[in-house]
Amino acid sequence: MTLAVFFGCAFIAFGPSFALFVFTIAKDPLRVIILIAGAFFWLLSLLLSSLVWFIAIKASNSQDLTLQRGLLIFGVFFSVLLQEVFRFAYYRLLRKATEGLAAISDDDGSAISVRQMAYVAGLGFGIMSGAFSMINILSDSLGPGTVGIFGDSQYYFITAALMTLALTLLHTFWGVVFFEGCEKSRWWVIAAVVSLHLLVAGLSLLNPLYEGSLPPVYVITLATGVWAFFSSGGSLHSLSALCTRRKAEGESS
Amino acid sequence: MLKGLMFLCVLCSSVEQKIYVVLNETVPCVRLLNATHQIGCQSSISGDTGVLHVLETESDLDWILSSGPHPPYMVIMETAFFNRSVMMRMKNSSRVAGVAVIISKTGLADNFSPHTTCPNQNTGVYSESYGSDLANCNGTVWNPLGNGLSYEDFSFPVFALKDENQTQVLRKCYEDHNQRVNGSAPQYPLCAMQLFSHMHAVTDTVTCMRRTDLQNRFSINPEVLCDPLSDFNVWTSTRPLNNSAKGHAADESVVIAATRLDGRSFFWEQAPAAEGTVSGIVTLLATIQALYPVTQEAPPPRNIFFSFFQGEAFDYIGSSKMVYDMEKNDFVIDMNNVHSMLEIGQVGLRSGRSLWMHSDPVSRQNKSVDTEVSEEEGKLSLFSHPLPPSSFQRFLRARRIPGLVLADHNTSFTNRYYESMYDDAENLNVTYPPGLTPDEQLVYETDAAKSLAEVATLVARSLYLQAGGEEKNLNNITADPKIVNISVFLTASFYIGLGPRVHGPAHSVTRFVQYILANLTGTVTNLTESQCQNPSELSTENKDLFSYFWVSGPASVNGTREPFCVRASVRLSKAVSPAFELLEYGSRNYSTWTESRWKSIRARIFLVASRELEVMQPALVELTETKQKNISAKTEIMFIK
Repeated sequence: MTLAVFFGCAFIAFGPSFALFVFTIAKDPLRVIILIAGAFFWLLSLLLSSLVWFIAIKASNSQDLTLQRGLLIFGVFFSVLLQEVFRFAYYRLLRKATEGLAAISDDDGSAISVRQMAYVAGLGFGIMSGAFSMINILSDSLGPGTVGIFGDSQYYFITAALMTLALTLLHTFWGVVFFEGCEKSRWWVIAAVVSLHLLVAGLSLLNPLYEGSLPPVYVITLATGVWAFFSSGGSLHSLSALCTRRKAEGESS
Repeated sequence: MLKGLMFLCVLCSSVEQKIYVVLNETVPCVRLLNATHQIGCQSSISGDTGVLHVLETESDLDWILSSGPHPPYMVIMETAFFNRSVMMRMKNSSRVAGVAVIISKTGLADNFSPHTTCPNQNTGVYSESYGSDLANCNGTVWNPLGNGLSYEDFSFPVFALKDENQTQVLRKCYEDHNQRVNGSAPQYPLCAMQLFSHMHAVTDTVTCMRRTDLQNRFSINPEVLCDPLSDFNVWTSTRPLNNSAKGHAADESVVIAATRLDGRSFFWEQAPAAEGTVSGIVTLLATIQALYPVTQEAPPPRNIFFSFFQGEAFDYIGSSKMVYDMEKNDFVIDMNNVHSMLEIGQVGLRSGRSLWMHSDPVSRQNKSVDTEVSEEEGKLSLFSHPLPPSSFQRFLRARRIPGLVLADHNTSFTNRYYESMYDDAENLNVTYPPGLTPDEQLVYETDAAKSLAEVATLVARSLYLQAGGEEKNLNNITADPKIVNISVFLTASFYIGLGPRVHGPAHSVTRFVQYILANLTGTVTNLTESQCQNPSELSTENKDLFSYFWVSGPASVNGTREPFCVRASVRLSKAVSPAFELLEYGSRNYSTWTESRWKSIRARIFLVASRELEVMQPALVELTETKQKNISAKTEIMFIK
């Protein structure tokens, strides 16, 4: 549907994650490596889960539409579980790596904390997940037509972009919370993350009833964001400190 | 219907299939070029997109051309509006992205001919130096109903909608999204169509061939931009002619019987040409069928040469080539061998039993020619009319030979749909009783078949007499209406087509006529397949006098076929304009028609959203971006390391 939609949706979906990358990750090579490795782990999980789904599809009757829909739902939930398994696996890998990193670093202690690794890993998951959700749709948005001739909603592109944005942010927050839960051995946290992920995936299956999927997902995103903020050591005090420091900086300059 | 298509696609993850409906049956109008002009239609290289609007009434025309708020429009034109005035208004408007014409009989006007009023006026025999008062249709306007649309140059694509189901899909999309409610404009999203028919050649043949030559000479991967129109003429004779002996044939005096083999219309490869061409082909085939046995039993002194000329619609490609070859001594006979000529023009729409014989008044001023012609036409003189457009005119340009052109019209064509898509079986009044299978239709004697058989009988007897045969044999010469099976020709397309077929198979109609002639005039031999393909190895067979065809034979009761070898004196001769052999691409004497090349021709429909929605999205982006930058700069403060 022309360049305006293409750029609009691309920036909606990838703008925040790109900005996060530029401002918080790009300068530190170690963070970049962890980001890319995280993306790769997500990719692996997608590959395996899609393999399972693909085999299931080919082995089944392609004319039975309810069966195909059922297989799709199964595929989605299986993929969610596999992604969380790979998130855990990545956590274990990074734990192992911290010891090695501590050994080779100049000053005492590791160059990067587990909390930072959690954030970077989550962002890696989010960026790759967003890319796979959105790239296919973006390439089709370049043409002159928009979705709708078969009765689909004409807001298809923008809702896809918004959903991708939400998912990217959610992966980031889940990364933070998940790693924190693993560190403190709070298994209920991990269960909560997995259930939230399953919930969001389930809500996305409500599409094209966008009123049923987007607002709840954004509410969950906000809630998870707050949870991640408090889980990684933020507090109301630090928030107010942020504002006063800003005021102080403003006054002094 | 669209929902059904969607469910078929529930597992396609491709978003593209949610957006576009691809139209499979596309009938485009393509660009043709001659020495000085380009005609036809062109689209931009990435297709032309427009909001659909169905043109059914005059108010629709106003909407499209001036008052509609969503230009450019892609016009779906009802049959009744496909005429010169509307198309010229579309051409001059910048609000039209393209046109899709509905081809149907409902709403069809009483006449429609997109050809010019004076076909082939510059390459006929009448010019400033020969019969100048008859040139440029000063004497008689042959196609007064012609609107010349085929010879206009449109800068937008024009497609034809022949498939009723596809037209229904378009109408449904229009009714669902683009219909005006109570006179107010329709709301977005709107149904739109995109047509792709980008043509590579521009301006004229000279330019295009020059660019092609440059490509061939200097480019590693040369791109040919256009191809000359070419195919094959089919000819045969009652006495075999030695194909390897070119130039003047000793002791041969030949009567030529000719007709044309091609047609055209506004759209590419659509040329039913029932009255324009099929009537002539079928009549000449029936003539051959009636005449051939008698000429073998009681051979007349002169040879009779039957010829089907291809490409006559485009400035006489086939006949000019044959005349050129004759003059250059590159053909089995030359102009000195030609005694006279009889051509069969449009003979399908005879009212009553009348048949008109046209002759050239200028050449008849020569006494000897006049005597011959009067003998030919049996003392019916038509002195003041010029010849209608016919291959005979090209022969006259080379030599003043006596000749006649037979037609069902006196002054102007009776064919009201000359060279258009509507010149079909119905135009020829060929109707079959309902319930006949195609096999039964093949042998059913329609009135048209009977009429053409009468003409064929007349032609056959005249030819026999012209060739010096004896009158007592005339009663044996009768054309059988059952052989005149028109139906098989009425579904074919007679457009000439392009060059690459020169090396490979000829146009399907050309091949078909060739094989029918071989069937009618040939003899079955008992050669094997390899012998049939290399007959020169056998002393009893002569490849110079005959051509040999390996045919699969009729299907027997249990479905098997027994192929056999047929020997006939039927030949193909190349029908490409001499201008391309002489490399005179700007020639005024010969046809210079070429057809442009293209990459893809396709069409698709989809919905387009409003500009507001498109613009809203970058605005949203701005919002998210500014918030983002503020927050990320403060991460260090917010979080503990």
